Amino acid sequence: MASIAGRARGGLRWNIALVVMAAVMVVNMFFAFMFAPTEAISGHVQRIMYIHVPMAWLAFLAFFVVFCGSIMYLWKRDDRWDDLASSAAELGIIFTTLVLITGPIWAKPTWGVWWTWDPRLTSTLVLWLIYVGYLMLRAYSANRSQGARFSAVLGIVGFIDVPIVYFAVDWWRTQHQRLVLGGPSLESDLHPDMRLALLVSVIAFTLLFAFLLRQRTSLKRVERGVREMKEDAEFRTEGQR
Amino acid sequence: MRAIAEFGRPALLVAWKDILLELRNREVVATALVFGVMLVVIFNFALNITPETVDVLAPGVLWVAFSFAGVLAMSRAFVAENEEGTLDALLLCPVSRDSLYFGKMLAMFIFMVVIEAALLPVFAVFFDFSAFSATLLGAIVLATLGFAAVGTLFAAVAANVRSREIMLPILFFPLVSPVIIGAVETSGAAIGGSGAVVSTGRWLQLIAVFDAVFLVVCPWLFSIVVEE
Repeated sequence: MASIAGRARGGLRWNIALVVMAAVMVVNMFFAFMFAPTEAISGHVQRIMYIHVPMAWLAFLAFFVVFCGSIMYLWKRDDRWDDLASSAAELGIIFTTLVLITGPIWAKPTWGVWWTWDPRLTSTLVLWLIYVGYLMLRAYSANRSQGARFSAVLGIVGFIDVPIVYFAVDWWRTQHQRLVLGGPSLESDLHPDMRLALLVSVIAFTLLFAFLLRQRTSLKRVERGVREMKEDAEFRTEGQR
Repeated sequence: MRAIAEFGRPALLVAWKDILLELRNREVVATALVFGVMLVVIFNFALNITPETVDVLAPGVLWVAFSFAGVLAMSRAFVAENEEGTLDALLLCPVSRDSLYFGKMLAMFIFMVVIEAALLPVFAVFFDFSAFSATLLGAIVLATLGFAAVGTLFAAVAANVRSREIMLPILFFPLVSPVIIGAVETSGAAIGGSGAVVSTGRWLQLIAVFDAVFLVVCPWLFSIVVEE
């Protein structure tokens, strides 16, 4: 009970962190929209890179956190590791979804198609499917400890699977070159200023990820505390009857 | 030698239990077989397979039928374990969880190979190709091993959650996508002899790596799944 009250007092720290976050994001937007030069061939649409690339990086980071959290949970059986893994999975899904949305928005004017079965795109889509399965598995489990266990199993298997999926799709592509993309890739030949802007946005979004992950994890911890208090209270009233 | 006997015998007994059960009630293999044949018929209408297009389409149809029929068989794998309390009895046995995993996996592998062995001649007749190529058979064995390795683990997971009929395919297919890609590519080269840039040997290696990785990881995770 004390820890929940303590967390409420920690609210001020969260507010400060939130303000800092917002300031970093504004700086990031300045770099992305004002500082970075406009791309010569594709124009302003290329600026979506400053959102797309950090999101893709964060998605992989998030799923790596899921992997580590899952292993730690199965080893230590401490619910806090499960909170970390499942929070990271939720964030990973959000970032992967945004990658899958911002990618085609950029690809249509640049490549002329919304989607191509390129290794990176395809393995990102498979990754998205795996971790949607992760969240569904948690939702459909009989109880919380079972959900934590099962999803940790998937968190480990899924992450190990990612490089194999990538290799398979990469070879498959070299065998079926239906569409040769001669156009620019998102990260090729960056102007130094563009590279700086990209670096700033990667740092900004990584901070955002860390902030959201802390926020979500501590929210889950509070939820669990409340649930345990409630169960405890129910147990006591049963005892008094 | 003794260690192998202690590990191998229980695994074989678990597999034999499943096979005996299947010989008596014929629920898994027969239903999956009928389902597989039905898929072939539907694909024939959907894709209008002709002698000109069969080389391109047959491998895909083959592996969709194999993997869908396989997943149907898998979803039945832990029904007795759950409904009759067999799992509790198995867990009470003084054998390692790894033996249980490999026993269940072996039974699953055998069921799927039987289903595929029965479906393959049907395909060969309908789509007019030779089913007996070493590459094709190698791809079938390796890919089925991969399916069974991952499938056993997630069939055990899915058996314990709500809406398990849909959860197993949702978890299973994204994870085995590299195996399906490799199997389709190898079968395509075996059936049609399409110009393979990446040689079939490399595809078989990829599937073998997948099998090896998950045959190590899955037994450990299986012991965690069944622990209660």
